[in-house]
Amino acid sequence: MIDIRAVQKSFGSLEVLKGIDITVQKGEVLSIIGASGSGKSTLLYCINGLQPIQGGSIHVDGIDVHAKSTNIDALRQKLGMVFQQWNCFPHLTVLENVALAPRVVLRKSKAEAQDLAARQLERVGLASKLNNYPSELSGGQQQRVAIARGLAMQPSYMLFDEVTSALDPELVGEVLDTMRMLAEDGMTMICVTHEIGFARDVSDRVAFFSQGIVEEIGPPEQVINAPEKERTRAFLNKVL
Amino acid sequence: MNALLNTSLTGNDMLFLLKGAAGTLALTAIAVIAGSLIGVVLGVVRAERGWLLDRVLGGLCDVLRSVPLLIQLILFNSFVSLIGFPLSAFASGAIVLSLYMAVNCAELVKAGIASVPRMTRWASRSLGMTYACDLRYIVLPIGLRTVFPSWVGLSLAIMKDSALVSVLGFFELLKSSQTLITRTQEPLLLLLIVGAFYFALSFPIARLAARFERSTLR
Repeated sequence: MIDIRAVQKSFGSLEVLKGIDITVQKGEVLSIIGASGSGKSTLLYCINGLQPIQGGSIHVDGIDVHAKSTNIDALRQKLGMVFQQWNCFPHLTVLENVALAPRVVLRKSKAEAQDLAARQLERVGLASKLNNYPSELSGGQQQRVAIARGLAMQPSYMLFDEVTSALDPELVGEVLDTMRMLAEDGMTMICVTHEIGFARDVSDRVAFFSQGIVEEIGPPEQVINAPEKERTRAFLNKVL
Repeated sequence: MNALLNTSLTGNDMLFLLKGAAGTLALTAIAVIAGSLIGVVLGVVRAERGWLLDRVLGGLCDVLRSVPLLIQLILFNSFVSLIGFPLSAFASGAIVLSLYMAVNCAELVKAGIASVPRMTRWASRSLGMTYACDLRYIVLPIGLRTVFPSWVGLSLAIMKDSALVSVLGFFELLKSSQTLITRTQEPLLLLLIVGAFYFALSFPIARLAARFERSTLR
């Protein structure tokens, strides 16, 4: 369970998150939608401890992410993360990209790590690209490498940060399909996304962020199909 | 050959030059290896350990980078003699050249590290990789590849700069040729030969580096 309580986050004098309360249960898919600059991505970075918070708390399976005593490297093994810019490691082959962390973090043998990596890459449909370098792949394929790389650590949660925003339109589908497959497999996911259709079809709940607060949260039938708040309606009118 | 070129150079003289070339190569190898190792450590500290250390070390590096090598060599050699630890010309030269290589290399390493996008580092950290793992497997491999061509240029420059160690009396390639010039009075021919020697040392390194770059740097 990811428990987010009254989280506040500022960059200097700019308050990005103004008290966020969300609880994500095991097996749940939560999509976060909202305008650019509403703090969606920042929240993901805070969940992963990549950004410090100024107030409130975030607990992952009961462990306080931002406590000084927390071993953040160990905690991050539970939290797979995929970024908007896919960030494949350019000096490693696709297989090595995925096998690296299992080898150096989970201390698996090279053969074991590569075996695990190959299975994850097959899962995202890249079995034929194991020995290619990221630069030889399309954006959509690189993004799927990044997903496989996260999955290879066998995390309990996956955090997706606008993973289709930087892709050419024709490549968006393959990445969303991969995420759909994960959701069907029961992965707990938090997806920051601009893909309203995906949020509606795949999520158990949708949260609409506006100016650093959760304006509206609930099942997609409510938040997307019949929003109660004026701001949510205005946003959806703009993007749909 | 003597008749053909009308020169008084002998086969023994060429051996003498070869020995000088070996001295040049030895100095260069030590300076490049030791200097690069120290340079990587210095560069990492400067890039990663806060602005204060960066400023302090940067100041020291600037001094070593700004003072001409010739002066550094003479000052260092005199200094160690004055404090009672006289070193051979070769040892003095190797130390000064290594430090010179190190501070220049540190600058490259620092730039290489800065060239790795923050998000790439976040990606590795988000996988649970520790700071040290991130540095070892992601940041340094990517960053050092980026500055590799500059590093090759720096190494070749150090080889040529090693000629300056002759002022301390070490018989490297240039000093050897000067001894021969004094005897034969054929400076143009000898300098041509020495130039060819330097080229023969540098060119294969440059070619190998270019091949390495093509095959592994993407």
